[in-house]
Amino acid sequence: MTSRHPERIVRYSAATRINHWIVAISFVLLALSGLALFHPALFWLTALFGGGPWTRILHPFIGCFMVAAFALLGMKLWRDNLLQQRDWIWLRKIKDVVNNREENLPEVGRYNGGQKLLYFTIVVCLACLLLSGIVIWRQYFSGNFSIGVVRLGALAHAFFGFVLICSIVVHIYAGIWVKGSIRAMTRGWVTLGWAWKHHRAWFREVTKGIQQR
Amino acid sequence: MPLQSLDIIRRSATTLPSPEARGAHTGQVAKLIDTTKCIGCKACQVACMEWNDLRDAIGSCTGHYDNPPDLSDQSWTVMRFTEYENPKGDLEWLIRKDGCMHCEDPGCLKACPSPGAIVQYANGIVDFQEENCIGCGYCITGCPFDIPRISKKDKKAYKCTLCSDRVAVGLEPACVKSCPTGALVFGTKEDMTQHAAERIEDLKSRGFAQAGLYDPAGVGGTHVMYVLHHADQPMLYSGLPEKPRINPMVKLWKGVTKPLALFAIAATAAVGFLHYIGIGPNETDEQDEEAARRELEKTP
Repeated sequence: MTSRHPERIVRYSAATRINHWIVAISFVLLALSGLALFHPALFWLTALFGGGPWTRILHPFIGCFMVAAFALLGMKLWRDNLLQQRDWIWLRKIKDVVNNREENLPEVGRYNGGQKLLYFTIVVCLACLLLSGIVIWRQYFSGNFSIGVVRLGALAHAFFGFVLICSIVVHIYAGIWVKGSIRAMTRGWVTLGWAWKHHRAWFREVTKGIQQR
Repeated sequence: MPLQSLDIIRRSATTLPSPEARGAHTGQVAKLIDTTKCIGCKACQVACMEWNDLRDAIGSCTGHYDNPPDLSDQSWTVMRFTEYENPKGDLEWLIRKDGCMHCEDPGCLKACPSPGAIVQYANGIVDFQEENCIGCGYCITGCPFDIPRISKKDKKAYKCTLCSDRVAVGLEPACVKSCPTGALVFGTKEDMTQHAAERIEDLKSRGFAQAGLYDPAGVGGTHVMYVLHHADQPMLYSGLPEKPRINPMVKLWKGVTKPLALFAIAATAAVGFLHYIGIGPNETDEQDEEAARRELEKTP
């Protein structure tokens, strides 16, 4: 809460926001270049990167960059994303979630069960994408692995890329669905009502100091 | 478009037919490598270098006859020498001319993500079109015979072309032309299979009971075939795979996975869209702001 805007709560600092968008832009570039090499119907996307060879050259470097950028962001956020009992209850009531019946859901902390699940999906996917990506990075590393490992790497890379893309589609949609979320990540603040409605436990936590004053 | 090929039956990363008006009406081609006649002179290697204008770096002796020690972007064929002691205790020098097998069902072509970087002609030859190659090395991942090599200079993949340029104008491949013993012969696949059958009969009469033709069915047959003295043990010949096939992981990766994954991604986005239309966004209104303010005032 800022004194100039008593109706606002800061949700993301400028550093976190910048970090998030660096990861987000890297992800978009990786998804486009990755899909271009995954399915021939999307090979035309290589044009965005300067052609096939350039796509092949750039993709792994952007990947390493994204992993590094996400590592920073992930470390900042991991404590708030540890799953608790109430998150599992929240997840079990997914019907109420998608039908916007938040009054039936347990109180949510800084992140809800879905967000936490997404967080760990990203962590697992990125770790597996990094490892399998190194294995199939022909220019520098593939020669050090047996052909069986390279084949497994190629398959795993496609699989985890697919899981990650689907997860991020859900993540993006959640931002569009829950109004006020995009503003939280672009401007950094949410309204009191937003925090109270979607993340009540977090709302109480962050407003505690203010009440004591 | 000069020199356009009108006889392409398969093209990498392409779903619609390629120009294929011209067929191989006189039959598909095959090169037959008779290992039982090979003396290991390496004339074929020299002919390959000469015709294709390739010059590999001069290496050093690695303690065996293989020279160069492996295939490379500059060495599209290599003689592989094996000293085999047979059960009778005699030494057999098994020499195999290694290189692309020109599979009927090519794993390299299946794995390639770049449209038109790998093609198969109506006559059966599998050819790399390096101008379309992006250098990803997926062909290496897909090949059951470990043949393609990426050049360090231009990062393109290279392998034996079966002298597609010579064959196109009615010549035999350079290696075949140079072979002094007749261990290499070239013709239609049918003729070569027949010729091999005669050779095998002869070998059997000379005590090689297991002599046979190597034309593995797992890859749909190959357009480079071997006559082997020990067709029951192809692994003896510097690890020639016994039952080569496109690896199941490659098949999965390049098969159902591709359409299914794209469909699932599109479906995920579609479900989101329908949710927005059907159920609608989750908004915060004045009541929520009011409730939040009340709670703040309530608690001391």
